[in-house]
Amino acid sequence: MQNIMKKEFTISLFTEHNIGILNQVTIIFTRRQINIESITASASAVKGIHKLTIVVNTTEDMIDKVQRQLEKIIDVLKVFVHTNDEIIYQEIALYKVRTTEIMTSNKIESIVRSSNARFLEITPEYVVIEKTGHKQDTTDLLNKLDPYGVLQFVRSGRVAITKQTKELMAYLKEMDEANNQSAVNSRQSTKE
Amino acid sequence: MIHQLSTTFQKQDNMAKTRKKEKITGAKALLYSLIEEKVETIFGYPGGAIMPIYNELYDIEDKKLKHILTRHEQGAAHAAQAYAMVTGKTGVCFATSGPGATNLVTGIANAYLDSVPIVFITAQVTSTLIGSDAFQETDILGISMPVTKWNYQITQAEDIPEIISKAFYIAGSGRPGPVVIDITKDAQMQTLAFNYQKCTSLRSYNPNIPLNPSDIESAAILINHARKPLILAGHGILLSKAGKELMAFVEKTGIPVASTLLGLSVFPSKHPLYTGLLGMHGNFGPNIKTNEADLLIAIGMRFDDRVTGDLKRYATNANIIHIEIDRSELNKNVEVDIEIHGNAKEALIALFDQVEANSYPEWLSEFKSCNKIEADKVIKKECYPSQGEIKMGEIVNLISEKTQGEAIIITDVGQHQMATARYYKFNNPNSLITSGGLGTMGFGLPAAIGAKVGKPDVPVIAFIGDGGFQMTIQELGTILQYKLPVKIIILNNNYLGMVRQWQEMFFDKRYASTKLVNPDFIKIAEGYDISAKQIKERENLEISIDEMLSCKKPCLLEIMVEKEGNIYPMIEPGSSVSEIKLC
Repeated sequence: MQNIMKKEFTISLFTEHNIGILNQVTIIFTRRQINIESITASASAVKGIHKLTIVVNTTEDMIDKVQRQLEKIIDVLKVFVHTNDEIIYQEIALYKVRTTEIMTSNKIESIVRSSNARFLEITPEYVVIEKTGHKQDTTDLLNKLDPYGVLQFVRSGRVAITKQTKELMAYLKEMDEANNQSAVNSRQSTKE
Repeated sequence: MIHQLSTTFQKQDNMAKTRKKEKITGAKALLYSLIEEKVETIFGYPGGAIMPIYNELYDIEDKKLKHILTRHEQGAAHAAQAYAMVTGKTGVCFATSGPGATNLVTGIANAYLDSVPIVFITAQVTSTLIGSDAFQETDILGISMPVTKWNYQITQAEDIPEIISKAFYIAGSGRPGPVVIDITKDAQMQTLAFNYQKCTSLRSYNPNIPLNPSDIESAAILINHARKPLILAGHGILLSKAGKELMAFVEKTGIPVASTLLGLSVFPSKHPLYTGLLGMHGNFGPNIKTNEADLLIAIGMRFDDRVTGDLKRYATNANIIHIEIDRSELNKNVEVDIEIHGNAKEALIALFDQVEANSYPEWLSEFKSCNKIEADKVIKKECYPSQGEIKMGEIVNLISEKTQGEAIIITDVGQHQMATARYYKFNNPNSLITSGGLGTMGFGLPAAIGAKVGKPDVPVIAFIGDGGFQMTIQELGTILQYKLPVKIIILNNNYLGMVRQWQEMFFDKRYASTKLVNPDFIKIAEGYDISAKQIKERENLEISIDEMLSCKKPCLLEIMVEKEGNIYPMIEPGSSVSEIKLC
């Protein structure tokens, strides 16, 4: 029997850019009672094709079943599943802190410097700090800033680039060729 | 004469050209699109939002498109499904917005779980009102999303031909299924220049998967080395119209065949290599031998829990070859050794050349011994009782003999459904119409209507329980309106039989809410101009059946059956297929 240990998987879905596609995708996870840790939707490198990046925590067995059910959705072009070591990824976090805290000591400034974060916005009332990295990095920074009072905190979904060598364009080309071939075949068989 | 013909063709040609040049309403474009898709019959129910479509239908009804008005949208949905199942065409069903659309949901889910191609057209409020909780507005796309293969909302008339074409392509290809197209009222009334192009491919969906030759080769090797092989024949073989290919394969390899519920009738029941029905109330042999087999060849079936029983103790000694068009079904419930992802027909053709001619006389005789045990312990008592109340199996067996397995059989859901599946000896493909995956009570009566409309020249006999009959009893009105000569047999035990059986077996006979106080079905039927008769005694059984079979009008026969009869054999929930109980 396959692995029953849960681990983090990043699912990259390429879809047609139609209304309702996100709904169709999330239903698959809801039905299986899988919690979505994060989700990012954006345009992909190919015009007209949308990319969804979904991070879940589940077993290898389950992710294989989910992948097949996602590919079954009519408007989904291709689904890739990767573990963390198969991708290069980043998440971005923003932290809002009172400007008075910065004025009183230089602790915050040194935290920001040593964490490789940066000040995104400075106003008389608040500053916004930006950090890019993995979840652990952004959580660490949050914990360090917490004693000084974090007014708002937000973390983005994952953006990921896969380490695989065969890119989406190659798959699309294959799919196109397969479609043309089957259109030719069906025309031939209707002639017979 | 020839001159007249050529002017007729000229006229039609000009009409077609004019059709292309002139602007027509979206509603008309919808109907023209359906005609392009070779649709002949629509089942539906009108309402406010769908009036423009019905208004256009008024002109061409009975000339190009037949419309059957049911008495509830659920009836239309089930009728469309049965029509699709008997004809092999894609069913079409119309409903209005709001409650019309939501009334379809059970029917859509039923078609989804049993993989039947249907295009549902629901009307929607005007596009500017969407999202504002307007009168009779519901988000049918959101509601039906989990139970449709695809759905789409049309808000512009010019999108209608392309989307309808896509809908038919998706519904009828690959693993078939229901598609919902929601058309707003303004889209129905806008005009467009009609131009139809059949959809032959979609970038994101390719249902024609080429077979992997090495998978076929590996499968053939396993098949040629097997000593106790068994074929599990499912609905997929009927859907890919591969009955002949299955027969050729079976007769060459000599491998015995067992059928799932939806696969029944793909292989003739009387064939020496046919071993029976799989699953919870299936035959003794196929279930017991599953765990003794060394090779299972599963074709167009999905290892549903009714078939497998406890998965941890299923197919314990067998290698499994799974031929399946839907990749998400491969390795979903049961881990298989060889996945053959593709069309059943093509796979059987490819395998045929690589498998050796063979026979398994000893293995087959083991099934025959099982049959004998089952006949002695179960079948004789159920089909040939000499005294006591009439039994369900007895009725089905008698009708099977009288019709020689040539009728189209409909069932509702429950004990009578299992009795029909067990005891009717099917001869021809697509002759059992039943609700398998969803098990919808109320399916039977509207399904009988759809089947009769699809196959007007074949006797259509519906076995329905007293519970299920009342769930869609309003469809008697449809039978009245169209004078459909269906034959309805109500097997009445005044109980929700299957639930009562489970209450007897697992809940200490605590018959909570399963006893039914039934009306006079005969009076009701006669109110709908259906000749009806009720019988209670065995001596009236054969004569009443003969009467019904020779009746040319719609008729209903209510047979009072054994009150607390139980369906055996049974694999109890949680048990393995080897633990199937005979009594």
